[in-house]
This record gives sequence, structure tokens and C-alpha cells, in this order.
Amino acid sequence: MAILIDSSKRVLVQGITGREGRARARLMKEYGSQVVAGVTPGKGGQDVDGVPVFDTVQEAVETVGDLDISVLFIPAPLVKNAALEAYASGVKLLVIIPDRVPIYDVLEIAEAAKESDARFIGPNTLGVLSPGKAVVGMIGGRAASAKSWFFPGPVGITSRSGGITSSMAYYLAQEGIGATTLVHVGGDAVVGTPHPDVLKLFEKDPETRAIVMFGEIGGSQEEQVADLIENGEVTKPVIAFIGGKAAKSGTRFSHAGAIIEGSRGTYDGKVKRLKEVDAVVVDAFGDLPRMTKLTLEKHGIKL
Amino acid sequence: MARLHEHQGKALLKQLKIPIPQGGPAKSSQEAKRIALEIGKPVVIKAQIWSTGRASLGGICFADSPELAENLAEELLESGVEGFLVNTVLVEERVAIEREFFASIIIDDQSKSPVIIFSSHGGTGIEEIAKEQPQAVQQHIIDIQLGLRDFEARDMVRRTGIQGKLQLSIGAILVKLYQCARKFDARSVEINPLALTSEGKLVAVDCRITIDDYAVYRQPELDIEVAREFDRPPSELERIAWEIEKNDYRGTFYFIQMEDGFSKGEGMIGFHGAGGGGSMMSMDAVMARGYKIANFVDTSGNPPASKVYRAAKIILAQSGIDGYFASGSGVASQEQFHSARGLVKAFMEEPLRVPAVIRLGGNAEDRAIVILERAQSFVPAKIEGYGKDDSPDFCAERLESLINTHKPSNSDASSFIHTEAITPYTFPTVTNGKVTFDHAACSTCETKICIETCVPGILKLENEVPVLNISEDEAAKGKCIECLACEIECWFDGNRGGRIELPIPGLEEYQAK
Repeated sequence: MAILIDSSKRVLVQGITGREGRARARLMKEYGSQVVAGVTPGKGGQDVDGVPVFDTVQEAVETVGDLDISVLFIPAPLVKNAALEAYASGVKLLVIIPDRVPIYDVLEIAEAAKESDARFIGPNTLGVLSPGKAVVGMIGGRAASAKSWFFPGPVGITSRSGGITSSMAYYLAQEGIGATTLVHVGGDAVVGTPHPDVLKLFEKDPETRAIVMFGEIGGSQEEQVADLIENGEVTKPVIAFIGGKAAKSGTRFSHAGAIIEGSRGTYDGKVKRLKEVDAVVVDAFGDLPRMTKLTLEKHGIKL
Repeated sequence: MARLHEHQGKALLKQLKIPIPQGGPAKSSQEAKRIALEIGKPVVIKAQIWSTGRASLGGICFADSPELAENLAEELLESGVEGFLVNTVLVEERVAIEREFFASIIIDDQSKSPVIIFSSHGGTGIEEIAKEQPQAVQQHIIDIQLGLRDFEARDMVRRTGIQGKLQLSIGAILVKLYQCARKFDARSVEINPLALTSEGKLVAVDCRITIDDYAVYRQPELDIEVAREFDRPPSELERIAWEIEKNDYRGTFYFIQMEDGFSKGEGMIGFHGAGGGGSMMSMDAVMARGYKIANFVDTSGNPPASKVYRAAKIILAQSGIDGYFASGSGVASQEQFHSARGLVKAFMEEPLRVPAVIRLGGNAEDRAIVILERAQSFVPAKIEGYGKDDSPDFCAERLESLINTHKPSNSDASSFIHTEAITPYTFPTVTNGKVTFDHAACSTCETKICIETCVPGILKLENEVPVLNISEDEAAKGKCIECLACEIECWFDGNRGGRIELPIPGLEEYQAK
């Protein structure tokens, strides 16, 4: 098992005829993802690497059948409408790659997701990859690289930084530790599936035995993770690194932000909260593989 | 987040019919006097700077006559406030405040909604009030589809203990405040204090508004010069960089100056990151060796080589840096030879005179490192390239060692100079660049390396020289992705007929100063 993506999932690419969409559709297929349709308004009837292109998501669904995931490679100003379109046609998981999506658009997408009982990853995400199974988005770049860098194993990986998602998985793999799924939750202030939601999914996944998390200063995702561990919703071992120790402070939205967040958002606050609930927090990124290995051994988890 | 000055924020509140004090911004003392005359009452003069606690810094003064207003405005405009330049003052009627409230809207990541906060106590110390008297500070999560409804706003005010007509009028202002936030794509809006005057009117005496950087494109009337949060006006280099970022949607480019006015020997490093998380760790590694970061740059999200080139040129325009450090996450999904070509074009043109350590781990890193190595013979300073199995700490150590031991040769002139094209063949690129092939050189080129290395494959041989296999128009619209292969690979392996000019508006003028 894995979470979010595997080779049984039927994937749509919105924006498949663009520079990124075209290239990534091919790479996703090469890695093992089932890319069954693409959508670009006004370009229906074309074909990208054997993937049929449709004018609307509805047309794609009517022609090729239900779609599990849509990945969006389209300019940020158009993301909101494309996302609402996919939800309207019954797609339950969106992976929103572009950055610079206006925040009120993200809030509207979040509301639509809630109403359709659906979910989205991103925006500003590299995507999701389940080693040996499938990828949605652009993690790993070339399929050959992704195949050589990552392999299946017991660890679930979640990160707020795109580059670090691959780095963590690669450096863990060098230590002999494979992964169930790599999730880049996205770099924006508001994302569809933040760390706490990813951890809940990993908790339910029987193959995931431990979770490695890259957190960052700002926001409250890591503190929420600590809350989940504290109240027993996450019971699997969590190994975390928090980036941004040297930064002056997290992004603060004046007084109102301080009122809502309190001490949340700071490096020290996050580390303290996670340590309080017995998560393993490493000080140096380079120690992550070794500490993960030690933690797995301590819990009797086989590599 | 693009922060607005108080007077800009108030102009937006006014559009939504939220009452603000009578007055307006002035850029000169004469203008300040004219506004004070118009008001015809005692006025307050407020320096328009991005700083909290302006009153204690001397940025807020009071004047009973237009003449005094003129003098005070002149002083603020001439001498600034605590190191902040003041180019605008806000001249307003002095409000007799009976009572102060606080109202704010922010975006909450946990509920994925706008949240409105109202406090029956405003002014300074609002955070303490929230702790000591929680009932005085009420929050409400706003439904993005429905907006803030009148009854919700009134009920919030009621919960703080405010009754009667005041409850109604504050409620109405809160509804407008949310409309203002939504209309202008504000990340945060704050009125503090929202004052009740001795005449029983509500007035927004001070406000802070920040606009969502990502939505600036649909708010042209706000005239935001650089969509980024600064606690100071953007520097000249930041303006130059923003023009590039704004006009090139491919990948990310972010430039911010951390230090200014430094010179060689102070341990300032030009920093070039790729991706937020990796950049942070890489900066930590450099700082752990006792260096300071002159600037922060991020080129990531699969940027074209041209964007990396322009970023590098801007970093190198900081003439006081002692070293150049480029390092990202280490295992990048993007193909790293694009970044390598961008870097070496900048390095060879300058030419590079400070040591550079470049960590380009990820896809095609071996090709990237080869490009860096081949550029070495065209620059006086040392370039070292590393990949995914070399940690940021190790790379920072290498940089330190190079800075301490390596003395670049004195040759000032760049050896990367193309002879003037005898038979030029040119086409424009998407960022106002220009590709030129000197067909006189190309005709005797043995490798024709440009054809096979052109990433989008838009070149073909015609009579033994390279030409476009698409229309010029298609190339200009972005089919030519400015991969720089036709210049860099041709310089290394061809007959040096290919070159590309990539303008950076304002950079030459900056360097001439």
C-alpha cells in the first residue's frame, strides 16, 4: 500500500498541452502512473504521447470514465476555475503544481473540496510519489532518476519544501531506508493537505511504519502534528527536522496573527512542542538518515 | 506580502465607505500646509514609513497652525525618522478620541478561511489585552462563499459587551472591512485604533494593509512596485530583479538584499539558492563558518537558464562580495545543466573574480558539473561544482578554504568575448533577448554542436549553417526557451558563432554608479 497515489489510480492532466504539462505527462507515464486523459480548453481532439486531450474535464470523464486524480500544470490565474471544474466532474484528489495562486482562490478551492468531500495537494507542490508504483507531479524529474533514487520501504515522507522531499528520500535511501510515499505538501501559507492531514493518512496505511517530516518556521502545521500525537491520533514514530532556525522569525501578520497563533510558528515553539510529545527532532539535517534508522531499530521495524 | 503605507490603506478603506479622518498625503511641506489649511483645524502629521511605534520614533507630530504643519512636515521630509527616509507625510485632522477599538482580518491556515478579530479595547498593547481579557477579543471564521454577514458581525460585537447603536455601527464597519479585504486581495487588514470620537463618530485612525503578492496582477490600480514584504523601500537591485521576476513566469526568481554598502574583506557571500528548504540549510551552513549573507536569491521550479543567468548577474553586481555560493536542496527534480549554463554565462562575462562553490545536485548533475569545470579556463577565480552526495556543510567548508587560500589572477578582461558577427542570423526570444549566429563562423564549424544540444530542438542545418526550423514568431513567443546551449556549448565545442544577448534593464546603469 501507499497513500494518495499508486499504479491503480487513473490520472488526468489539466494543461497537458503546455510546456510543463506535456513533459510531465510523459515522465509520469514512464514512471508507472496511469495517465488516461488530458484537458486543455480549445485543444480537444489532440493527442499528447498517446494521451487523448479533451476540452473539458466532463468530456474526459464521459469518454474515458471516472478519474481518480487530476494534476494541474496551468498558469496560476487559471487554477481556481480548473480546480472547481475537476471537482464538479467528480475528481476527488487534485494536485496543484503551480505557485503564485492567489490566496483567496486557494480558500475557494478549499471550500469546494470540503463540499465535494474531496482533497487537494498544494498549491506550489512538486507532487506525490509512491516508490516503485506511481508519481503525480514532478518529484524526481526524469523517470530513470526517480527509479534509481527512491525504493519502497517502511517510511512515509512529508515535506513543506519541494527539493527537500526528494533529498530526504534520497539520503534515507542511501542509508538503506525505503519509503511508502513521498508527499510535498506545498510551499504556500495555506495548502490543501498540510502535514497533520498527511500524517493521518500515513497512520491508516499499514505499510507505513514510521513518518519522517520536514517542517518549516511559520504557520502551525507542526504544532498540529504534535497535537495529533498527543491525543493518540498518530501513534507511529515521527522523526522531524524543522528548517529556518537561522531565520529571524516566522512570518507574522501583525497583532492579529499573534493573537491567533500565540507562540506557534517559531522554530523554538515547534521543536519544543514536538519534543514534548516524544517525536524525534534532529538538529542537523545530515543526521536525519541515521536518526531515522536508530528510531526504526528501536521500534523493531525492519528495513 | 506587499505592504501598503497608511495613506494608501486609508484610500482603500474610503472606497468601501469606512470613515477615515479628513486629510491626505503630502510629498512637500507646501503641500502639507495646503492640506492643513483646507482642514482648518489642528492637524496631525504622520511620517509614511513601514515601522511600528512611529510615535515613539518621532514620526508623528501635531500642529495647531498650517505654518507649524509646514515646518514639521519639512523636518520629517528632510531628515527622516530614525534612519528611515520619509518621502510622504499624511496630514490629517486631529481626532478627539473617546474610546478605541481594534479590528482585523487575516487568513488562517488551519481553518483555511479568513478570520475576523474584533476587540472592544484598541490602541497599544492589544496582544496583552487578548491574554488578560479574552472576552474582550472575539474571533469569527468567515465563510468564503457567504462573506461576513451583518448578523455575524453584530453578534461578535455583542459578545464583547458593546450594545445599542454603537453595536450596529461597528458591525457595519466590520462587514465593510471584510469586503475591503476581499476586494483588494488583502492578506491582512488591521484598523487600530478604530476610534469613537467625542462627537460620537467612528473613524479609522490608523490602518495596516498587506496585499497578497500572488494577486497583485489583478490589482493594477494599487500600483504596487515590488510585490514583496519589505520593512524598507526596495533597493535599486531589488527593483531590477523584480522587473525580471514579474515579466518571466517560468520558474521562480526571488531576490532580496540582506546587506548593503559593504566592501571586500568583510566576509559577505553572494548567495544563490534553489528551493526554500534547501536554501535555508545552505545559508545556515555558510553562516556557521562566520560569513554573512549579502543577498538571498532563489531560482527554482525549473527556471530557464536565462533566468538563472540574470539572477547571477544581479548577485555579481554586488561588488563587495568575497565569494559566491550556490546550493539548493541537493536532489533537484529539474535538470541541472540549465542552471549551470546560466551561471557560467554570467561568470564568464563578468569575469568572476571571487571563488564560487556551486552545489547542483539532482537530475543531470554530472552534465552540470562538467559545464562548470569547462568554464574554469575562462574566468580568473576558482569555480568548484558539487552534486547530491556533497553536503551543504562540506561545500561551505570548500568555499571558506578557497576564500582563504585562493588568489584569483589579476587579469581583468573577460576572455569570453565574441568577435563581431560577419554574417549575422538573428531571432528574438521571449524575454526581449536576441540569439545571433554568425553564419560566417558557423559555416566552417565542424561540430555543429548547437543543433544537437538545443533543448527544444528548434534549430536545423540549412546550407551547413544553423537556422530556425520554426517561425521567428514561434521562437519569440517562447518556443526558444533560452536554454543557452547555442552559446555555451558552441563556445566550448563549436566555432563560437552562437551568442545570446539577454538584457537586464537598469543593471548597467546601476554598475556605472
